[in-house]
Amino acid sequence: MATPINTGLEKEHLVHHDHVHDHDDHEESFVSKYVFSMDHKMISRQFLITAVIMAVVAMTMSVIFRLQLAWPGEKFAFVNAILGDKWGKDGILDPNMYLALVTIHGTIMVFFVLTGGLSGTFSNLLIPYQVGARDMASGFLNMLSYWFFFVSSAIMLASCFIDDGPASAGWTIYPPLSALPEAIPGSKLGMTMWLVSMAIFIVSSLLGSLNYIITVINLRTKGMKMTRLPLSIWAFLITAILGVLSFPVLFSCALLLIFDRSFHTSFYLSDIYIGGRPLDNVGGSPVLFEHLFWFLGHPEVYIVLLPALGIASEVIATSSRKPIFGYRAMIGSILAIGFLSFIVWGHHMFMTGMNPFLGSVFVFTTLLIAIPSAVKAFNYITTMWKGNLQFTPAMLFAIGLVSSFITGGVTGIILADSTLDINVHDTYFVVAHFHIVMGLSAIFGMFAGVYHWFPKLFLRMMNKKLGYAHFWITITMAYGVFFPMHFLGLAGVPRRYYTNSNFPMFDNLVDINEIVTICAIIGALGQGIFLFNFFYSIFRGEKAPQNPWNANTLEWTTPMAHIHGNWPGELPTVHRWAYDYSKPGKEKDFVPQTVPLEEGEEDGGAH
Amino acid sequence: MSLLVLLAIVLLIIAGHQLLRIIELSRGLKKTKEWQITDTDNNMMGKAMITFMVLFFIFFFWQVERWIDRSLPPAASEHGVLIDQLWDANMYLITFVFLVTNFFLFWFAYKYRGNSKNKAVYYPHNNKLEMLWTVVPAVALTFIIIFGLKYWNEIMDDAKEPNRVTIELYAKQFDWSARYTGKDGKLGESDFRQISGSNSVGMDTADVAGFDDIIVKNEFHIPVGREIELVMRSRDVIHSAYLPHFRAQMNCVPGMITYFKFKPTKTTAEMRKDPYTLMMMAGINKQRALENKEPVEFDYLLLCNKICGASHYNMQMNVVVDTEEDYQAWIAKQKAFKPVASK
Repeated sequence: MATPINTGLEKEHLVHHDHVHDHDDHEESFVSKYVFSMDHKMISRQFLITAVIMAVVAMTMSVIFRLQLAWPGEKFAFVNAILGDKWGKDGILDPNMYLALVTIHGTIMVFFVLTGGLSGTFSNLLIPYQVGARDMASGFLNMLSYWFFFVSSAIMLASCFIDDGPASAGWTIYPPLSALPEAIPGSKLGMTMWLVSMAIFIVSSLLGSLNYIITVINLRTKGMKMTRLPLSIWAFLITAILGVLSFPVLFSCALLLIFDRSFHTSFYLSDIYIGGRPLDNVGGSPVLFEHLFWFLGHPEVYIVLLPALGIASEVIATSSRKPIFGYRAMIGSILAIGFLSFIVWGHHMFMTGMNPFLGSVFVFTTLLIAIPSAVKAFNYITTMWKGNLQFTPAMLFAIGLVSSFITGGVTGIILADSTLDINVHDTYFVVAHFHIVMGLSAIFGMFAGVYHWFPKLFLRMMNKKLGYAHFWITITMAYGVFFPMHFLGLAGVPRRYYTNSNFPMFDNLVDINEIVTICAIIGALGQGIFLFNFFYSIFRGEKAPQNPWNANTLEWTTPMAHIHGNWPGELPTVHRWAYDYSKPGKEKDFVPQTVPLEEGEEDGGAH
Repeated sequence: MSLLVLLAIVLLIIAGHQLLRIIELSRGLKKTKEWQITDTDNNMMGKAMITFMVLFFIFFFWQVERWIDRSLPPAASEHGVLIDQLWDANMYLITFVFLVTNFFLFWFAYKYRGNSKNKAVYYPHNNKLEMLWTVVPAVALTFIIIFGLKYWNEIMDDAKEPNRVTIELYAKQFDWSARYTGKDGKLGESDFRQISGSNSVGMDTADVAGFDDIIVKNEFHIPVGREIELVMRSRDVIHSAYLPHFRAQMNCVPGMITYFKFKPTKTTAEMRKDPYTLMMMAGINKQRALENKEPVEFDYLLLCNKICGASHYNMQMNVVVDTEEDYQAWIAKQKAFKPVASK
């Protein structure tokens, strides 16, 4: 493979010569460096900081509705202070706003934090760094990807401030509820803004994903065979492919809903009587929407999860000072999960009136996905076996990820079984399941990534002790929030209920709801430790050395400065896989990928 | 007062700032950097890991001990008993996997906590081991799939019993109606364009089969021991008919008809005397007493379980399971559609 030179980058240099005076080549204006940057490292930081802000918003929302669920009807000055008199009169949450908060919390967390934020940050940062490229294949599209993400985030946030309130049909926005403004106030302007925001988000995601795929395939440096790629890159690659294949379906799904809402088509609507009159729409089906939505929706789960697992692979191997166990099996699992994720969407629809035979097919495919998932979990645990574990904050979060991946994963076996799903479908059992397996695992992976690659992101170190405190508060409170929810599900509590106190059946569950909410509040406050550590360390953290964790991958061979093209001079050449930790016969317990194989030495990734 | 608070906050910020300055200045004097992982760190965190595991497991068992008795009462329908059995079997299996794998994870985290004198073992792969944990889950899943699908096919099969009771559940924002076939055993056709104040479920007023249909609100009765065939429609948005005590659920979708069948095995009166239910209701009434609410008795309930708007949380209907005689007596008292509509 010829030395890959990024042509886009060269052009950019030429452009800069025009308006940069006596400074050196890399001096840029404020706008081109911090705002409309085409550099993957800057774009990565932009994604990360936007996602952190979005996460704080979504987390605050969850605290508000958790207050209502634990102490319905109680007055909270906090609720009134944030929502004002319209939605939080006397400090009591309005039922429509409750649904709006649930909806926007889910939307922001799934799409803006764990899709845009997670892939946007780490695919951008690590793909060029770890494959040994000067930048993304197209810096310009990459820049557009961020700014589309920014615009869609801004629209989503703006929708929270309009008169009728934001979209409130749940993050899955099933029509007719989301299609009919008469059905719920959130389906007026708020829903339009939600759809516009998501359409722009999908553009952002596609631009990003195409770039990631092309960069991994075309811009690998000399010697970087596919079987020498770090697992993080494999995960990002498959994630991007899933995104490219599934997000367009969400786009069409949203587009048809826009048509139904604004242009009187009947894709999803039929036989409806609302607002005192029958509607003209005949022949559509809400189930069609569900199929289209979940055709994205389920791969989306893995779009969220795979990057986190990829990050965990790197962090666990590096911090265990051991090669990742079963490298090839890990790649195989990622591929298997990626493939299967496209043929399991129907397990969200067992109770929708979908043909039960179709349901049985989805039971089969869904349960199959447990096999590669189990392989991954076992391989992580075996990687730690007889290791020399270095408990960096990143490693703690990676272990937390494996724990939540297992804890939340096993209940997936129950829910994938259509027979058992009948009685817990749409109950808190499901809420517990996906928050633990997807929410916690992905956010733990994101934290692990931030702590681990902070030196590459901001050239400084985060504070270790604050990182420790952050981890222990987060994991204990997270389990405190989501574990008890299983028991609410067993008692048959449906999700998205404004209060469980309107009939006696759930009266004996008050203490469960209180425990959940108290843990949620402490956990949310605990994130303050992270926010302080994060923003403080950006400006005042200790200067980072080149390779603080003694890791093998290529990003740690770059100089500790954010230079255009990542490496001064030639690109590094790769001679071995990324996991030669504690290899017998070596002086140190790590051998970077750039070190040539000795005579007769076998490359670890070769089998 | 607020001035004092403000002053306190400002002072705190200044103090914090000064403290940070001291920490920052002292950095240069230390040999090891703050971020470096020392043996002490590894020792401490390794022990914290195993401690966490113990507390996590204690928390798990504490929850089970405290809350498992607040689960739904044992199934009150024929197929529900099968679901409960399958549920228990699966639950034991996943609890075992959950405990064992989490144990190994945290145990290894503790046992192999880093030490500068140690070196990790280079152990990149082992095909036999990997085969083992591919095959074992695959075999376990095969059983899960076989039993799951066997029951699923039975539950989802069409209602066939000749003496079945067919009831239409009609959902709208935010209540339920139930429609019985009347004497002819047939539900009349419906048309959403004919919905009006006196025709709330949109009966086709020209269809003779519908004249004797019986429509009830707030509460509907079903006979014990007979197959109940639920036929579901929705007027406006998607709702979901959730009958947790019977392990029954199906969405009600506008423009579509959906079905679910079940056979109730315990009357409301029997259920009220069931020891588990008594214990549960005692807990509920204890809590209600704390909130100065009236004590209540057990009732079967139909809930809406698909987000449907502002009052989604309050869309419910009582279900009464009667003996055959009581059911016949109740249904005889209900009025047919035609005379009601023509009023």
